[in-house]
Amino acid sequence: MAEIHLKSLAHSYSKSPSGPEDYAIRQLDHVWHKGGAYALLGPSGCGKSTMLNIISGLVQPSEGEVLFDGIRVNALSPRDRNIAQVFQFPVIYDSMTVYQNLAFPLKNNKVPAARIKERVQEIAEVLEIEDKLHKKAKNLTADEKQKVSMGRGLVREDVSAILFDEPLTVIDPQLKWKLRRKLKQIHEQFDITMVYVTHDQLEASTFADKIAVMYDGQIVQFGTPTELFEQPNHTFVGYFIGSPGMNLIDVERCEAGVRFGSAEVVLEPWQIEYLNRLSSTNVKIGIRPEFIEIGLEPKVNSYEVEVLDMEDLGTYKIIDLGLGDETLKARVDEDFDARIGSRVHLTMPPQWTMLYVDEFLIQEQS
Amino acid sequence: MDKIPNNRAWWLVLPVFLLVAFSALIPLMTVVNYSVQDIFGPGQAYFVGTEWFKEVLTDERLQDSLLRQFLFSSAVLLIQIPLGIGVALMMPKSGIKGSLCLILVAIPLLIPWNVVGTIWQIFARGDIGLFGWGINQLGVDYNYTGSTVDAWLTVLLMDVWHWTPLVALLCYSGLRAIPEAFYQAAEIDRASKWAVFRYIQLPRLKSVLIIAVLLRFMDSFMIYTEPFVLTGGGPGSSTTFLSQTLTTMAIGQFDLGRAAAFSLIYFLIVLLISWLFFTAITHADKEQ
Repeated sequence: MAEIHLKSLAHSYSKSPSGPEDYAIRQLDHVWHKGGAYALLGPSGCGKSTMLNIISGLVQPSEGEVLFDGIRVNALSPRDRNIAQVFQFPVIYDSMTVYQNLAFPLKNNKVPAARIKERVQEIAEVLEIEDKLHKKAKNLTADEKQKVSMGRGLVREDVSAILFDEPLTVIDPQLKWKLRRKLKQIHEQFDITMVYVTHDQLEASTFADKIAVMYDGQIVQFGTPTELFEQPNHTFVGYFIGSPGMNLIDVERCEAGVRFGSAEVVLEPWQIEYLNRLSSTNVKIGIRPEFIEIGLEPKVNSYEVEVLDMEDLGTYKIIDLGLGDETLKARVDEDFDARIGSRVHLTMPPQWTMLYVDEFLIQEQS
Repeated sequence: MDKIPNNRAWWLVLPVFLLVAFSALIPLMTVVNYSVQDIFGPGQAYFVGTEWFKEVLTDERLQDSLLRQFLFSSAVLLIQIPLGIGVALMMPKSGIKGSLCLILVAIPLLIPWNVVGTIWQIFARGDIGLFGWGINQLGVDYNYTGSTVDAWLTVLLMDVWHWTPLVALLCYSGLRAIPEAFYQAAEIDRASKWAVFRYIQLPRLKSVLIIAVLLRFMDSFMIYTEPFVLTGGGPGSSTTFLSQTLTTMAIGQFDLGRAAAFSLIYFLIVLLISWLFFTAITHADKEQ
């Protein structure tokens, strides 16, 4: 187990990067604490896998340092970093049986035979493949292969960390959920630092205590699922987390705060003060569909909006509301009902209305 | 989709059948024809049944050369297969160095058989050949025209030089086909170099190795030109292999009946052993 510190790390696959767009990972500092269960969440191509491969040592970062417990490991191979990694597409040694596959990392580490047997049995039970132990690995189904591949990552006890690169891609949803719980249990039981790469927010939040959201080669926010939901640090986090994502509206400055079209949004004094110090014209407000309040009667600071569409998702409804040229999504109770084309009144509670300048959140200084 | 049975479709096989008939079946049947007759001259042929076969199987000269042939082919396989794998493993994976290595390794394969024989005949000579002279200078008494052991070693060395590249190239292509992910996983699993070879590379080389073993077996078992040019089968008959014995019998002594029977046996041996190799290797796969 180790604390993993990425210090001014940056990586480019091109030999002579000329600008930030050539970087798969833009310069960042990040610490994965000892014994934590983390998720690295982001869309395809944002640099998640690159970061994972840099931690494990399969990729050498072009700039910066990787520190394990304060010791620089840049020059060490994955073997010497003593790290386990599970790949997106299952890699199994197909000339071996399932048992031999699971025992392979232990054998390479010269673990005593009796202990290997115990440990393989233990992991096979966790993954529910004990009945397949003596089958040739090549004859397994896709999800069994994935389990074996995962088992090889879990079988060693002394690893610095276990890295998962979207390990459940080929597994069907039912089993996916179960395996995720299993991983969580294993984490609680053995207290190993785990980093789990995924593009699925649900997967990230069920597995991890803290999630790092990656976008365009940067970690834009590192926080608990609640923090990511309630206080998205970056417009991308707002948009990517939640279903549907945050409503983001381009706005202009005005006296009381900001406005878009004919609608004025009243801001808190500290927000206005902060805003006045910045000159950027890239200003947005964001509010989650869950926090928008809808009423049939006008209220203070409410806006009259038109119901454009309504989508019934079983336990709740998502309605599209037209306000000037903008369309906002709001989540309402199952029993809410309004005709399409009718007019309702919308309120944005100030504590849930986020202000973004240059895509980053303006936060109150405490 | 329902298939409509129509026996006239067999006519479509006819061109292939004719081609194979002319290239293989008819010549083979001529040999079968010779093998059961004693022919003194045109119109003077007598049916002798299995006489020639019995004679051939008990002929000591043939038995000796069959034994030599087996020894030679085993030695060829034992040396060339591991050596070829080794060379393939050491070749650079890509880039200009890789291409250069490929070309260098492939050169012996481009040289005609009897030129190979001639090259080695001169190369291994004690007086003017660099190799033979060099060995003699080291104080080793080496003379491939006089000593049986030296002759054997020279023939083997020549064959290794000529054909190991084939095994190496086949293995190299097999190695390149292994996805990088396997090496990464092995690295993560802290596998030693040997474990990577034993559990990742070797199993994935299996299919190319089947081809390599079969090709090298058949080829070495039918070897003719190179030893014929290099040693002429000598000293004595110590490097006279099956095909040379056969040629002497068929063309030198014009003993057509016996040579025909011998060819058929020769052919069956090659077929049988190739089949044995093939089933042994593919069957090992199906177990479990």
